[in-house]
Amino acid sequence: MDIKTSFNSSSSGRSIPVTSSPVGPTLIDIDHVDFYYGTSQALHDINLKIEEKKVTAFIGPSGCGKSTLLRCLNRMNDLIDGTRVAKGQIKIRGINIYDPSVDVIELRKRVGMVFQKSNPFPKSIYENITYGLRLQGRSNKSDLDAVVEKSLRGAALWDEVKDRLHTSGLGLSGGQQQRLCIARAIAVEPEVILMDEPCSALDPIATVKVEELIQELRTKFTIVIVTHNMQQAARCSDKTAFFYMGKLIEFADTRAIFMNPANAQTEAYVSGRFG
Amino acid sequence: MSALNRHILQSQPSAARRWEAAAVWLFRSATYVILFCGALVFGTIVFKGSKTVFTTTAPFINVAFFTEAPESLYVFEYQGQKREMGDREFRAFKAQHPDASNVKSESYVYSAGGIFPCIVGTVLLVLGSMFIALTLGVSAAVYLSEYATQGRVVTAIRLAILNLAGVPSIVFGLFGLGLFVIYLDWNVSLIAGWFTLALMVLPVVITASEESLKSVPKGFREGSLALGATKWQTIRKNVLPYALPGILTSSILGIARVAGETAPIMFTAAYVVRDKLPWEGLTSVSDFFFQGVMALPYHIYVVSSKIPQNEYTERVQYGTAFVFLMIVATIATSSILLRNKLRNRYKW
Repeated sequence: MDIKTSFNSSSSGRSIPVTSSPVGPTLIDIDHVDFYYGTSQALHDINLKIEEKKVTAFIGPSGCGKSTLLRCLNRMNDLIDGTRVAKGQIKIRGINIYDPSVDVIELRKRVGMVFQKSNPFPKSIYENITYGLRLQGRSNKSDLDAVVEKSLRGAALWDEVKDRLHTSGLGLSGGQQQRLCIARAIAVEPEVILMDEPCSALDPIATVKVEELIQELRTKFTIVIVTHNMQQAARCSDKTAFFYMGKLIEFADTRAIFMNPANAQTEAYVSGRFG
Repeated sequence: MSALNRHILQSQPSAARRWEAAAVWLFRSATYVILFCGALVFGTIVFKGSKTVFTTTAPFINVAFFTEAPESLYVFEYQGQKREMGDREFRAFKAQHPDASNVKSESYVYSAGGIFPCIVGTVLLVLGSMFIALTLGVSAAVYLSEYATQGRVVTAIRLAILNLAGVPSIVFGLFGLGLFVIYLDWNVSLIAGWFTLALMVLPVVITASEESLKSVPKGFREGSLALGATKWQTIRKNVLPYALPGILTSSILGIARVAGETAPIMFTAAYVVRDKLPWEGLTSVSDFFFQGVMALPYHIYVVSSKIPQNEYTERVQYGTAFVFLMIVATIATSSILLRNKLRNRYKW
C-alpha cells in the first residue's frame, strides 16, 4: 500500500464531530484500541479522534497509558518484544496503520516524534538535520542546505546556531538540543509530530521557548503532546485527553477539561487532588 | 581544648584498627608479589632477549635475526680458532677453504639465522583470524542484541558463547584438527589456523561487541527509527559507528592474546620449519590459503622443548620470546591508541 499517496489525498479523511466547537477534519482515528505489553493490558478500549492541524494533549498520572498510546501512533511500540494491539484500529487518513500491508518506515516518515530525553545524534548539527533526508537518498548539497535552514528556522534555532552548523549537536544546551530534535523531525516534513513529554528535562526558560515553538508549528503540523505538566497542556493545546489506569476518562476542548470537566476524576486530577 | 576532646582524638589501639592495618598490608603485599613476578618475567626476557636482538656495533639491531630464516649453527675449530657459523655460511666457508671440508663440527638446529618466516606467519595468522573473528563476531553480536527476541533461547546462546571462552586452547586445536584439517581436508594450512584461532577469540569478540552495542544510548536508535530509518540503516549509521571503538579494542586485545597460543595452531597451521616464505612458489591463489606457516609461539615451543638444549639454543629462545613480546605489546598499544582516537570522535 502506498501510504504516502493516501496521506496526501485530501478526499479521504472525513470526520464525525465528537466534541463541541470548532471541529476540524479528523486525521487520526483511534478506534476501540486495546493494547498489551505481554499479558498485561496497558490500554482499554481507547476511542479518540485527533483533529488535523490542532494540538492535542494527553495528560494523566504516571503509568496511565498516555505515552503508550502516543507510541502506538507511529508504531514505536513495535520495538518492544511482546507488545500488540489486541483489538481495534488506529486509522490515519482512513488507513489502519496496523494493517500488515502498511510500510512502517513510510508511516514513521509521515508521523515524526520528539522524545522526552532530547536525543541529538553525536554528529554535527547539519548532519543531525539531514539524517532523515539522507535516508531517503537525498544528497544534493544545495537542497540539503535549504532544508537545514528551513528546519532550523522552523524550530526557532537558526539564529542561535547558524554560525556553527558543523559543530556537534551535543554541544548545545538542553533546550537547544530539544529544539534541534524538533528541527530534525520537521526536516522530513511529516504530517504529524508526536511529542513525548518534550519539556520534562528542560528548565523553565527553555520550556517557554519550546511551548512558543509548538504554537508556531500548529499551523503546519498536527501535534500530539504527552505532558505531565497540566499548565503546559492548558497553555499549548486545543484539545486535551485525560487518561487514568489505561482508560480514556475524558476528551474535550482543553478549556472545557480545565474549566468545566464533565468527569469527577478529571476534575480531581486537574485540580491537583491526585496524580 | 577540653580533656574529653583530647581523649577522642588520641590514637586508640582497637580490633578494627588492627584489622585495617592487616588488610592494607595484605593488599599491598599482593600487589608487590604480582609486580615482582611480572618484572621477573619481563626482565628476564628483555635482558636475555636483547642480547640476541641488539648488537654492540652499528646498526645496533641484529638485522639478520629479523630478516633470515632459521638455520643450523655449526661450531668448529679451524686453525686453532673456535668458530660459529650458520649453515649457508659454513658451506661457503668450506668451499673457500678446501682444507676445512673435513673439519669436525658440532651442529645445533635452529640456533643460527633468524626468525623472519615465523614473524611473517604470525602476522598472517593474526590478520586472517582477526578478519574472520570480527566479521562473524560482530554480525552475531548485532543479531543477538539488536534483532533477536530476547528470551530463553538467546540467554542459552549467550551462556554457550561464554562457556566457549572457558574451553582450553588444546581442545580448540584438536577441534580444528578434526574439522578443518581432516574432515574438510584443508590439511595443515593458514586457513585452518585462521578458523581455529577465530573460533577461539569469538567469545571475546561477541561479548565485547554486545557490551559496546548496549552502551549506545537507546535514544539514538529510537531517534533514527522515528525518522523513518530501517533497522539496518539505524544500526549501520547510528549504532555501530559509536560502538566500534569498544568492539575494536577488546577484539584486538583478545586476538593479541590468542596470537600467543601454541596449542590451537600446532595441529592446524604451524610447521616446525618451512623453507619457502608464504608468497614463494605459489601456483594459484588458493595455494596461499592452503599452506602451512611457521609461527612465533610454535617456534618458541620447538626451540625450547623439541631440540637438545645448550647455550646456543638459549639465544634464539630468548630472542624469539623478546620479539614476540614486542609484537604483542605493539598490537595492544595500538588498539588502545585507536580506541582513544575513535572515542574522541564520538562522544556523548
